[in-house]
Amino acid sequence: MALTKTEVEKIAHLARLHVSDVEAEEVAKGVSDILALIDKMQSVDTDNVEPLAHPFDAAQKLRPDVVTEPDRRDELQQLAPQSQDGLFLVPKVIE
Amino acid sequence: MQYETVIGLEVHVQLSTESKLFSGSATTFGAEPNTQANIFDLALPGTLPVLNEKAVAMAVKFGLAIGAEIGKRSVFDRKNYFYPDLPKGYQVSQLDFPTVGKGSLTISLEDGSEKIIGVTRAHMEEDAGKSLHEDYQGMTGIDLNRAGTPLLEIVSEPDLRSAKEAVAYLKKLHSIIRYLDISDAIMAQGSMRCDANVSIRPVGQKEFGTRTEIKNINSFKFVEKAINYEVQRQKDVLEDGGRIVQETRLYDADKDETRSMRSKEVANDYRYFPEPDLLPIVIDDAYIEAIRATLPELPDRRAARFVSDYGLSEYDAGVLVATREMADYFETTATLSGDAKLAANWVSQDLQALLNKHSWELSDSPIQAERLATLIQRIKDNTISGKIAKTVFEAMLDDSSDVDAIIEAKGLKQVTDSGALESLVDQVIVDNPDQVQQYRDGKVQVIGFLVGQCMQLSKGKANPAQVNEILRSKLS
Repeated sequence: MALTKTEVEKIAHLARLHVSDVEAEEVAKGVSDILALIDKMQSVDTDNVEPLAHPFDAAQKLRPDVVTEPDRRDELQQLAPQSQDGLFLVPKVIE
Repeated sequence: MQYETVIGLEVHVQLSTESKLFSGSATTFGAEPNTQANIFDLALPGTLPVLNEKAVAMAVKFGLAIGAEIGKRSVFDRKNYFYPDLPKGYQVSQLDFPTVGKGSLTISLEDGSEKIIGVTRAHMEEDAGKSLHEDYQGMTGIDLNRAGTPLLEIVSEPDLRSAKEAVAYLKKLHSIIRYLDISDAIMAQGSMRCDANVSIRPVGQKEFGTRTEIKNINSFKFVEKAINYEVQRQKDVLEDGGRIVQETRLYDADKDETRSMRSKEVANDYRYFPEPDLLPIVIDDAYIEAIRATLPELPDRRAARFVSDYGLSEYDAGVLVATREMADYFETTATLSGDAKLAANWVSQDLQALLNKHSWELSDSPIQAERLATLIQRIKDNTISGKIAKTVFEAMLDDSSDVDAIIEAKGLKQVTDSGALESLVDQVIVDNPDQVQQYRDGKVQVIGFLVGQCMQLSKGKANPAQVNEILRSKLS
């Protein structure tokens, strides 16, 4: 399965990545090679194999429902470019 | 053409944990902006999720309550999209292996019949923060307190056939969730939110029509209105020869209409993949059975018991079990007063009217079950009449002293002394010669008027049964 330049541009847009025209061509070829490998893997019979959710064969450890994090707003907002009234400010989000 | 409506609901419920789904930040509602958002919630590099055990237990508890399959091995996935109220750039959710699988719940329809509604799945996910679009120097303000709050998204099958059925389903879900005490489930505060998938098809057609998804419905009333509006809109489009476009529409409660959100990105662009920062959740039978043992008696079963144990009508039982608090209140009142029928009437009528009038929660009522039970006992032992009891009930609102003290202080005790009652009756006979004559001429129903006169003269304090008896014997 080959990936077109248009598809690369669409995926790049979804991931908010800037890809130049030249790069798009290269990436299309590179990803197509990966997809070819995946096609090969698809031909293996996996009917009786459980899907792998994680490479580690282990179960998730759980934590007790306890509040452990104090309010560090003032400190954390020092990291943000802009804040006001306790809010982080970001470029206007248009609905 | 006759159309059939097909509705499926997606309900998001905030699980009432103390801390967030993957971090130790607090989840208290209404806190100052960003005071409950910490390094993980802000997606600072190097932070990792650690799953909250209570959220898992709550999800499993819900699953068991609706008879669902519990996923023995459930997996979190990343749902990718960029929005500033979700700083990671993805929402952690569950796609192929949710914690709760297929289940069902039963709703009661207006004609008294019941209908089983399928639940496709319920999965855990994290809530997003809030964007405030008021003018902050021409920018958007972001509050991440809610980001990471655990949600259970409950997805129904497209089994609902009218807006009324959708509301009945939502109310039943709300009731079960409150019984389980896994969420506040307050729609106005957003701890329970509902999206509706709505389509119509010609009656008899098997295939579903194209559906639209309505978002932003934040009350039971609006669920009904938004769906009815949308169904009518779709009918109008089809009648005009148009086609329904699959899209997300926003409900505007002020204008009572839905309008297109014209989402730029098409469906299935979330590029889900398994969350590499979390391992699968493995649940064994012992765990499931331990959770099952904590299940309370659920509303359907409790209503059935109220009918069989207390002799209530199915309607009354249904009203009383709607909330766990109300059902507990009724049961305490019934047990302490020894009269379930009276208790049911007082709780479902007088108490309910009181709560409605003041927009009170049950816990706000100055009259709790113990006091109401005493009041009912005083009716039963003839200390007061049922009518005077209403006056005492009113007085109890402002006076926290005990019921007997209020009756005594207001001089509301029923007159049962036969000497006093006889002179009362004599007076009424003297005052109403015409009616007395009519009674003696055989128009026996006049007795009602005469009893009424006695009650009025005694300011409601005479025992009506005794008055009736004395009147009859004096007039015969």
